[in-house]
Amino acid sequence: MQIDRGRLPALGADPQLRFPEIQRRTLANGLRVWTIQHEAVPLVSFLAMLPVGASADPQDRPGLAAITSDMLDEGCGDLDAMELHDALGRIGGHLDSEIGSDATILTISSLARYADRASGLLADMITRPRLDATDFHRVRELRLNRLIQLRDLAPALADRAFARLLYGEHPYGHMPLGTEPSLQAITLDEVSRFHRTMFVPSRMLVIAAGDATHDALAAAVEGVFGSWRPLAEASQLDRSTWPLPPAVQERLALLHRPGAAQSELRIGHVGVPRRTPDYHALIVLNIILGGQFVSRINMNLREKKGYTYGARTSFDVRRGVGPFVLQAGVQLEATADAVKEAIGELEAIRGERPVTREELLLGRAALTRGYPRNFETGEQIARGAAQLALYDLPEDYFSTFVPTVLSLTEADVTRAAVTYIHPERLLTVIVGDRDKVGPALETLGPSVLHIA
Amino acid sequence: MNIPYSRHTLENGLDVLVHEDHGCPIVAVNLWYHVGSKNETSGRTGFAHLFEHLMFEGSQHYDKGYFQPLQEAGALLNGSTNADRTNYWEVVPTNALELALWMESDRMGYLLPALTDAKFENQREVVLNERRQNYENRPYGFAGMALMAALYPSDHPYSWMTIGAAEDIRAARLDDVRAFFQTYYRPRNASLALAGDVDTERAIDLAASYFGELDAGDTPPAVQATAPPPNTTERRLLLEDRVELPRLYIVWHSPSMFGEEDAELDLVAEVLASGKTSRLYRSLVYDDRMATEIAASQNSRELCGYFQVVATAAPGRTLTELDRAIREAIATFVDEGPSGREIERCQAQAEANFVYRLQTVGGFGGKSDQLNAYNVFIGDPGFFERDLDRYRRVTAASMQRVARDRLAPERRVLLSVVPRGRRDLALAGSEPVAVS
Repeated sequence: MQIDRGRLPALGADPQLRFPEIQRRTLANGLRVWTIQHEAVPLVSFLAMLPVGASADPQDRPGLAAITSDMLDEGCGDLDAMELHDALGRIGGHLDSEIGSDATILTISSLARYADRASGLLADMITRPRLDATDFHRVRELRLNRLIQLRDLAPALADRAFARLLYGEHPYGHMPLGTEPSLQAITLDEVSRFHRTMFVPSRMLVIAAGDATHDALAAAVEGVFGSWRPLAEASQLDRSTWPLPPAVQERLALLHRPGAAQSELRIGHVGVPRRTPDYHALIVLNIILGGQFVSRINMNLREKKGYTYGARTSFDVRRGVGPFVLQAGVQLEATADAVKEAIGELEAIRGERPVTREELLLGRAALTRGYPRNFETGEQIARGAAQLALYDLPEDYFSTFVPTVLSLTEADVTRAAVTYIHPERLLTVIVGDRDKVGPALETLGPSVLHIA
Repeated sequence: MNIPYSRHTLENGLDVLVHEDHGCPIVAVNLWYHVGSKNETSGRTGFAHLFEHLMFEGSQHYDKGYFQPLQEAGALLNGSTNADRTNYWEVVPTNALELALWMESDRMGYLLPALTDAKFENQREVVLNERRQNYENRPYGFAGMALMAALYPSDHPYSWMTIGAAEDIRAARLDDVRAFFQTYYRPRNASLALAGDVDTERAIDLAASYFGELDAGDTPPAVQATAPPPNTTERRLLLEDRVELPRLYIVWHSPSMFGEEDAELDLVAEVLASGKTSRLYRSLVYDDRMATEIAASQNSRELCGYFQVVATAAPGRTLTELDRAIREAIATFVDEGPSGREIERCQAQAEANFVYRLQTVGGFGGKSDQLNAYNVFIGDPGFFERDLDRYRRVTAASMQRVARDRLAPERRVLLSVVPRGRRDLALAGSEPVAVS
């Protein structure tokens, strides 16, 4: 075959992706079970998703949801913590537990021949955790120690300050880990009550994906979750009562870290919920602005200026109004200029340099042609499916994604920039050495708020 | 259990490995160059990694950056450098395989005409930023540098980290880049793996078309390194850092990758510190609560390896306590060996980990990356099953013997990382080391 270095080879037609079938059923106790057959390797994953996350923490108990989920693998049913983890190890199991703002997700993957054992352990953790006092005290101590260690981690300091200043008393204003006074105050009774009233079958979705038939996967879930009855009346999760995030003007906050090797930046404002009708326009906007390597902000701050190892933006969409945020670690001396350039890009895309045809095509293509990658492994597919449930997305969401993105125009995306990026409301958080970045910051406009 | 593949070696020496997996309409393109920071010399460190960055800045026939056409085709792509190798990969939709091969072959053959001072200066800054972000600004970020410098003589290529010394990165010159490229970025020093939704014959044809025209180059010079002398007396070092809690690193010399006793040490690490049922987690974190975290690993590399245990002290607890508890746990293990339950569990876990590795065709650790690892390091891309056998063959007696022979207390290097101004928190008799 003759090759031509004079031009890049044409791509030809995009391959067709067959979306995995999700079979949905509901058990008598209200628990939903979704199954996905995925035969590529002899593995199986069980994912339990509860739409209760750190935003469900009581106002005076930040960290309660996270410590509750952390207690689930400290012994359950007939097994103490050591026996549980021994059992997991013997089936080649991987346990993963994550807590976000809106959800708690527990996943166990194992060799397919141990599917029943894996689902049984997951059910015991969720429905019959022991919640022993000794374990609770140890887990709390470990979480307090983690808080101590985060004092030295610039990205964690920046994330925390950003959330606090942006959201104030709003349920998105704290980290899932919580605060020292709150962790000190939390009692085992509170954990136990949180578990009883939040972990109820009617709220839970279990997704089983892997090398077994739909019926076998469903049976593995029903056999262990079918007899689960709520232990108490479920407490309400009413987002309509949430306070509004504070209405604010442009702000600049500096957290002094003497001797820091670089400045950690967060720039952004309160954004929109996942269910915004403009979601697809927002992700195209984001990929052009700061969502991949060739985006405007990374090309400017990294490839042109050399200020950073990488800069990116995201619309962190959630059930409620999640943040829009730009993040980067930048050279100390260049901090003020990096902030100016970054904000300049946010202004330009909704003003003097709107989205171009080339950018639109690149952004749309990157998202749509890259879409099949999200459906390679059983666990990936299960995680994607969990998002559908968490955000109440339609059943045909996967199959409509590509055509919806491809229908967007430059005008749609620029309009999304105008509507959803608000330079006049930007909060800038800098974690860095005041003495190295200080004076130049005064040129940025807003007065500098020094925070601890 | 294995990764079925075909191998075809082009006339210029490039190995082409193809694995078909039609589960998802994607193909992984994975290219290894057998060069890493161990091919550098003292005083010129960090160069292999800096070079990797330049590979993403465009080549002669497409000089507008490497990412743009590939991201537009829906690709995910990245690269990485370690002591032994540099890898580059794209995961592309099936219809972009040829594009990825065009791009990879162009930078293998024609990087230098597109290289400019401006690109070089820019990426040198980017790499210095990477160093700040991942090492200088990160708690305990200098520990690895201190340990490697202590474990190996200063002319041994494992005595520096891949990221390199900041002053060496600043001193790098464009001419060095040219020489490095001509020496190491040659077909005969590379291995190309294609895995996924692809037909073997077509894949080999395409690879031959795009890479076949490139000059084989000379065989790169062998790495000059003598085996590091064994530690015969314990060494204690201390490093002050911006940290809240003191941390203890304990390191021993250990076998090389795939070498004798390498698999045993992997499983010893598993029994000691992987998961809540492990011995050290149980005694230091769960029962006594003297530590907030514990980890152990066998880090095997081409020339030789190191075995490491890391523990962070809980507030108010001392590194002396941690040291004693870890020493006792290892001594007990050496006396008794693993229990039947422990060995069953860690072998089940090891076998499952091999299955987990079969899930993805591309990216770091995907099937294409594994084929290349086996091909580059052992010359046998089909080593998967034999690799797994290494773990199946481990016995309680062999684990016990290897722990006794390899993890003796007098052969340890101990590094205490303590908060600035709190040298008193280090193990007694520790010597301060300077790292920057």
